[in-house]
Amino acid sequence: MQIKVRKPLIVAFCCNWCSYAGADLAGSNRLNYPADVKIIRVPCSCRVNPTFVLRAFQRGADGVIICGCHPGDCHYTSGNYYTRRRMTLLFSMLDYLGIERERTRVEWVSAAEGAKFAATMNEFAEQVAALGENRRLEDLRCKK
Amino acid sequence: MEVKNERLKEQLIRISGVNPRKCMKCGKCSASCPSYDEMEYHPHQFVSMVESGNIDPLMNSESLYKCLTCFACVDRCPRNVEPAKLVEAVRLMVIRQQGRNRLTPDDIPALIDDELPQQAIVSALRKYTR
Amino acid sequence: MQRIGVFVCWCGSNIAATIDVQRVSDTLAHEPGVVFSANYQYMCSQAGQDLIKDAVRDHALTGIVICSCSPRMHEATFRKTAAAAGINSYMVEIANIREQCSWVHKDKMVGTEKAITLGRAAIAKVNLNAPLIPGETPVTKRALVIGGGIAGIQTALDIADAGFEVDIVEKKPTIGGKMAQLDKTFPTLDCAACILTPKMVDAAQNDKIRIFSYSEVTEVKGFVGNFNVKITKHARFVDETKCTGCGLCTEKCPQKGIPNEFNLNMDNRRAIYIPFAQAIPKIATIDPEHCNMLKSGKCGVCSKVCAAGAIDYTQRDEVIEESYGAIVAATGFNPISMDKFDEFAYSTSKDVVTSLEFERLMNAAGPTGGTLLRPSDGKHPHTIVFVQCVGSRCSADAEKGKEYCSKICCMYTAKHAMLTREKYPDTEVYVFYIDVRTPGKNFDEFYRRAVEEYGVHYIKGMVGKVMPQGDKLIVQASDLLDDRQLRIAADMVVLAAAMEPDKSARSLATMLTASMDTNDFFTEAHPKLRPVESPTAGIFLSGTCQGPKDIPETVAQASAAASKVIGLLCKERLVGNPCVANSNENMCTGCSLCERVCPYGAITYSDKEFKMPDRSLRIRRVASVNEAVCQGCGACTVACPSGAMDLKGFSVQQIMAEVDAICK
Repeated sequence: MQIKVRKPLIVAFCCNWCSYAGADLAGSNRLNYPADVKIIRVPCSCRVNPTFVLRAFQRGADGVIICGCHPGDCHYTSGNYYTRRRMTLLFSMLDYLGIERERTRVEWVSAAEGAKFAATMNEFAEQVAALGENRRLEDLRCKK
Repeated sequence: MEVKNERLKEQLIRISGVNPRKCMKCGKCSASCPSYDEMEYHPHQFVSMVESGNIDPLMNSESLYKCLTCFACVDRCPRNVEPAKLVEAVRLMVIRQQGRNRLTPDDIPALIDDELPQQAIVSALRKYTR
Repeated sequence: MQRIGVFVCWCGSNIAATIDVQRVSDTLAHEPGVVFSANYQYMCSQAGQDLIKDAVRDHALTGIVICSCSPRMHEATFRKTAAAAGINSYMVEIANIREQCSWVHKDKMVGTEKAITLGRAAIAKVNLNAPLIPGETPVTKRALVIGGGIAGIQTALDIADAGFEVDIVEKKPTIGGKMAQLDKTFPTLDCAACILTPKMVDAAQNDKIRIFSYSEVTEVKGFVGNFNVKITKHARFVDETKCTGCGLCTEKCPQKGIPNEFNLNMDNRRAIYIPFAQAIPKIATIDPEHCNMLKSGKCGVCSKVCAAGAIDYTQRDEVIEESYGAIVAATGFNPISMDKFDEFAYSTSKDVVTSLEFERLMNAAGPTGGTLLRPSDGKHPHTIVFVQCVGSRCSADAEKGKEYCSKICCMYTAKHAMLTREKYPDTEVYVFYIDVRTPGKNFDEFYRRAVEEYGVHYIKGMVGKVMPQGDKLIVQASDLLDDRQLRIAADMVVLAAAMEPDKSARSLATMLTASMDTNDFFTEAHPKLRPVESPTAGIFLSGTCQGPKDIPETVAQASAAASKVIGLLCKERLVGNPCVANSNENMCTGCSLCERVCPYGAITYSDKEFKMPDRSLRIRRVASVNEAVCQGCGACTVACPSGAMDLKGFSVQQIMAEVDAICK
């Protein structure tokens, strides 16, 4: 097996109404952020089941970020409040399991905040890269 | 506030034919002025000071004689204010206030010749006679 | 197993310049389920769409993956293409390789790798897609307009013109809004009342329009096409059906000296009042805070003088329930409070007024009968100073006013200055400005006329402070162009206060689930292309509740909102979003968690009979989702502890597959 510099892998869950549109805006404005960030579109940040986050770490992700509308601006009125509570619990549990807090994040990005999206992703990717590869939770059966 | 000289203001507007209210303070006159660095009061200030009746400082300023009367400001003004005409009018005002008749009707016949246009003589009389 | 076709778009050079599209389509061709893979210059063009249709036919495709721009851009286009090709439109997934890839990653290798990964994720998802059929809901053919200013009136008139019923809800006792308080309108100087009151009468006389004045919307339930709204009609203690608007009661009421809101508290009204002569509806209203009869039971004068017998002290608030297909927010604006601008002496001198107050002072129906008199001593002012941008264009960290430009102040100040000079040529008028902004038809000409023809002194610079001294107001200001400080002894100072959205808008937005910006203006669905719609379906925006506007712009937006409402109400049925929650009754334990998190009340529980393995029957309590009400947020799917609840189009399996594909 050849040795190569491993790039961190970051899974970003973006809500369809604010953050995904914010990512689109970052794109239209040509604001660069690392290609390590891969976006999965969900209707609302509250659609993100904690098991999705666990699955990502199990399959070798190095960081997971969940982006939603700003509090009070949720397209579905209250979805992001659920996200905030659920992820607070999940992240503290992950911390207990040895997945550093710096690998997980919830960020509010509105449809108008393309610059914030790019800046957040740059910062988060750097932060995750600094921690190195994540080996906790990783399911070795998934590695061929 | 400064002393307002409404009488002088009216006179200036009458002899120059300039309406300083038309100015929208864009500063293009001063931007065009080749003598800008030499001047204490710049073309746009001339217009606004006349408009506010603040005329005495203008009359006492060297700036009056730094204007080359190149008419760049007149040419380029987007509102057709013609600042150079105002400068010229202030100069005239200074000359008139000095109170001497530099040209009397008696001097005229001697000046008439074929080369000089009559209009110039009439205008000189208007300018330099009290 | 699906038979998937992958189509990679070049988007001209937008994608192809930074991504090796050939490699993407070649690599993705080997993914499980993929039977066809191609790339083309413009997938969204007719030729591109034909390519998809042909491939569906030739390769019997059951699923489509398009690697192109954002799904927010062309998802709908490709869904239509799929439907035209004969497969379910929800069998299409889009990998966003433009906004998320070619435009943000400059390195071609890196971009191509990521594009392949995103393509894989989309393929993994399509493999698990199931055909979805959107539900349909009927449309209630009636519209609600919240706010009865010029925006609300115009919207209601236009909707009624198209033959639909409209209700206007106005919280004040009369419709008319701010425009009814204005004197003249720029740049034509026609009188506001003369152009507004005929429209108010039209609205009142239109048999399609109902006006609920002195009323507020207190509850909104439902969704586009089917809103259920509760309107609270406040008790005005006057029977609307009997009151003739004669106004005798308003003259006889012994409770005087109550500040008159319509004249911005610059004169007084009685406890029973009609805001102004042309009020619609022209019905008296009793102010319960000041009415002696209501407070202590000792008076009853109005009841005695009312020949129609319309006074009813026992009246109570009434709640009306009505259903609507569309709702228009037209809640308007107010000038901001001057509390944080002590330097202008607004609180200490009566002669420092806001522009709206000045408007009343100039108005023939105002407290001074249209003669410009100082509020303090009723004398004619000889020097008036206008200050623009009071509370507008303040930086957020200054925490004084608003960050935005209120847009109309330059023009109404020019108007005030011009009207003052026209009526009273002996008055010196100074206007202090930061910028004079006059973008509009005949606007700059109007402002120049104020300067050139009317001799208004426009001075670039702000007023630093206003000091009352004797009966004068000493205005200290700067003239930036002449680089000096000025002190003007003025008789009156007029402040062009910034406009802010009406306070009621915030709670209304929560009821409507419509989003707002940081300034509490309603957000439009798209700042350029959908300026009169809220992102929430069925909610439309009219007038200054969306942003600062003058009257012509407000009317234009009001009519635009009306046309959008008419477009909606014309439809017999609305096609819903099929990506809704779905409960697996066999797994549901009846815990009610999903019911509690649902913001729409779309989940209900009922007892159902189930056949057990031993063929016995058992009754269990299970959840079911009302697909017409569900908006598909997915909150319930995560709350469900048994895994019975799932979201169509974004199922657990599908998202897991995407995660797996990305983390490969």
